[in-house]
Amino acid sequence: MKGMTIIVKKITQIICPVIFMFGLYIILHGHLTPGGGFAGGVIMAGAFILQILANGNILPKLRKEEEGLEFMESAAILGFLILAGLGLLFSGGVVFFANFLDKGELGKLISAGFIPLENIVVGAEVCAAIATIFIAMVVYKDEEGK
Amino acid sequence: MNSLIPLFVIIPLGCAFIMAMLGRFIKNINKFITPIFMLSLVYLTFHFMLNSEGTLIYKVGGFEPVNGIPIAIYMVMDGLTKLILLVISLVGFLAIFYSLSYTKQYTSERKFYVLFSLMIAGMNGIVISGDIFNIFVFLEIAALSSYALVAFGVEKHQLEASFKYQVLGGIASLIILLTIALIYWNTGTLNIADISRQLTVNCSSQAGTNVFLKFISVLLIAGFGLKAAIFPFHSWLPDAHSSAPSPISAMLSGVLIKAIGVYVIIRLFFNMFPLSYELSMTITVLGTISMIIGGLLAIGQWDIKRMLAYSSISQIGYIILGLGIGMLVLATGGNKAVAALSITGGLFHLLNHSIFKGLLFLSAGAVEYRTGTRDMRKMGGLSEVLPITSRTSLIGSLAISGIPPFNGFFSKLIIIIAAIQAQYYVLAFLAVLVSVITIAYFMKLQKYTFYNNDGSKWKKKKIKEVPFSMAFSMIIMALLCILLSLLVIPDVREIFLKPAVDVLINAADYSTNILGI
Repeated sequence: MKGMTIIVKKITQIICPVIFMFGLYIILHGHLTPGGGFAGGVIMAGAFILQILANGNILPKLRKEEEGLEFMESAAILGFLILAGLGLLFSGGVVFFANFLDKGELGKLISAGFIPLENIVVGAEVCAAIATIFIAMVVYKDEEGK
Repeated sequence: MNSLIPLFVIIPLGCAFIMAMLGRFIKNINKFITPIFMLSLVYLTFHFMLNSEGTLIYKVGGFEPVNGIPIAIYMVMDGLTKLILLVISLVGFLAIFYSLSYTKQYTSERKFYVLFSLMIAGMNGIVISGDIFNIFVFLEIAALSSYALVAFGVEKHQLEASFKYQVLGGIASLIILLTIALIYWNTGTLNIADISRQLTVNCSSQAGTNVFLKFISVLLIAGFGLKAAIFPFHSWLPDAHSSAPSPISAMLSGVLIKAIGVYVIIRLFFNMFPLSYELSMTITVLGTISMIIGGLLAIGQWDIKRMLAYSSISQIGYIILGLGIGMLVLATGGNKAVAALSITGGLFHLLNHSIFKGLLFLSAGAVEYRTGTRDMRKMGGLSEVLPITSRTSLIGSLAISGIPPFNGFFSKLIIIIAAIQAQYYVLAFLAVLVSVITIAYFMKLQKYTFYNNDGSKWKKKKIKEVPFSMAFSMIIMALLCILLSLLVIPDVREIFLKPAVDVLINAADYSTNILGI
């Protein structure tokens, strides 16, 4: 797959960081506003996919990216599980997924116990998963074309 | 004790992702982790089986019910759950121990163990979940990893089989999701115990709801029947189960179709729906037909694993028959002792089938591993060069055909006696007839694979017995085939089968036990 024209590349270059930031915003405000880990993760993956579409792909580089993403995916799920397990630990071995952190004040960014933390790992997981699926499709299509 | 219940999901899920991360850096770590965690699951299951009684409930997140309406996701551990967990962890451990040598032929070995662990996590999740939507979520985890495992060898026929399996599995999932949506729309809850209570209240007062009840029951039979490969939904099974790597075939045939098919059917139809004569009859008739059709189709097969796959359809028919007669007797208000006997037979056969069908698939895998073919016409005389495989396969065949000292005899006998006591003479006759058919095709399998000539062809090729880990699993399973027949002794049956049977016999107690009302 070849890249697109210089206009598209330049605009992508400008717009991608903004999209990425927006994804981060959605994830971090998951417990306060609509959206959350899943929605934000998809938006972040969108920024990533836009880059590949605009700039074209270089197979060996993509393969490496895919490996990194796979690692990130597993690590994120593991993080989620560890958070849930910590709940089990802090509640004296009774409640899996117990919200063991301080709940804080309603409406503040740092509040709601460990829900923001879980949103972050869910976001990382979804972003990695969707980007991996996209890369897998691109790689498959290119290998078939040869 | 209650707080240990989620471990059945946490351990395999956690191990799967640890292996996905570390497997890239540390060679062979997956081969250490998987058998160890499977062994710990076996230990946990026995721990629950021997030390706990009655129904244990675990509420995820610790949310208590409000005004008697359950809010949290419930995990339920009762007799039936423990029995199925035992099947999953025992067969799973032996299959993974067998895989240690078997998977050397694949290029991406580490992914095999990751997918296997995910499949175990999915099945355990289905079994301990007391919430119908969570059953669906875990069902998808188990089903998706099994699609990938069927296609693991990435050869043409494996991909084709996996694709067929995915299409039919996708249809099944769609139907199940639709049913769950309908149930939620009608009752406003997803907790099985709560749904059961709502349905009992609604159905006695309103005649109109009964149509709805019949509709969702039929949808559920179609959805989970597809997963359990009951006739007429069986067409994906022979392809998928014969193309998968052999330890996975053993898991699919021995455990998966029971955990995500038969288990959910009996759990929902005994414990969630009010029992009705029509539905019990439908389930029994479908079971009987799949028992006969599976047996007849198996006779003509020349592919060793395909024959075993058809045989699975037939044996699942036996299990459904046993449980169905129990349902019929309960629904018509007959003698509870007869129903108990019949259900005991069905569950006993479920346990037995997972062991001997696992053993037969592992033996077939050992033959394929050494000879490179699955066609029985190209084999013959293998008992000379593969003595252990030959003996274990013989034990498995004798057990599945119902020859006295082995476990298959007793479970089939109990089902047949129960059918006669419940005065379903035709069903009893058909069960005996299919048993004869079973002997016929297993004699064919034994003759063409292991005997028939002196095996000089194989001696020339210097074929050796399979490696230790494969032989070990097969020998243990063969021993279990003999040991499990001890379950007919009442004292032993009290521990393993009776709690499971009680859950199904006293069907209405399920919701009162859980909701505490």
